[in-house]
Amino acid sequence: MRYRPGQRVRVAARPHEGHHRTPGYVKGKTGRVERVHASFANPETRAYGTDGLPKQPLYLVGFAQHDLWPDAHGHNRDRIYVDIFEHWLEEAE
Amino acid sequence: MSAARRYDRRVKRAVHDRGGWPTDAAIDRSEHELADWELLTDALVGALGRHGVMTVDQLRRGIESMPRDEYERASYYERWLYSAETILTEKGVLAPGELDARLAR
Repeated sequence: MRYRPGQRVRVAARPHEGHHRTPGYVKGKTGRVERVHASFANPETRAYGTDGLPKQPLYLVGFAQHDLWPDAHGHNRDRIYVDIFEHWLEEAE
Repeated sequence: MSAARRYDRRVKRAVHDRGGWPTDAAIDRSEHELADWELLTDALVGALGRHGVMTVDQLRRGIESMPRDEYERASYYERWLYSAETILTEKGVLAPGELDARLAR
């Protein structure tokens, strides 16, 4: 596991043509690792008929609502939690 | 260009990647009764998964490969059917055009 709970991470903003589970609205955004789930078969290769191995670590990453949706009317302390695979994360300062 | 700016650039988003798309349309929150073919589609795809013929990741990839206008027109389970036919044809379980030919009988 490359990241630990509490660490600040940024979601890679790279384009990716094929199947992947990283929603566009978090790409390029910075959040905090809340939890290390476990490692799972990689859906990006499993989607094309492989076994998806090696397994990839999956994290629960929390974002401030206002970082993702600056115009949202919700409570200022609302957070959004997204499951993100390790290879989509980068260390943030 | 600062790093912060670099990461703010827009990444092209596929048709299914809809979170946060602007819209003026009201969200349809009404319950809807599933038709028999929708229940059967769910059962079929579930069975294909349990028998190791196709995975949920393949199902999603097949849906995401739909042409944009067909994706927009299709209902939830119509997308499942489109994908199941795509994946099964890829694997050679179905011959190209086999379903259409049988339906035309």
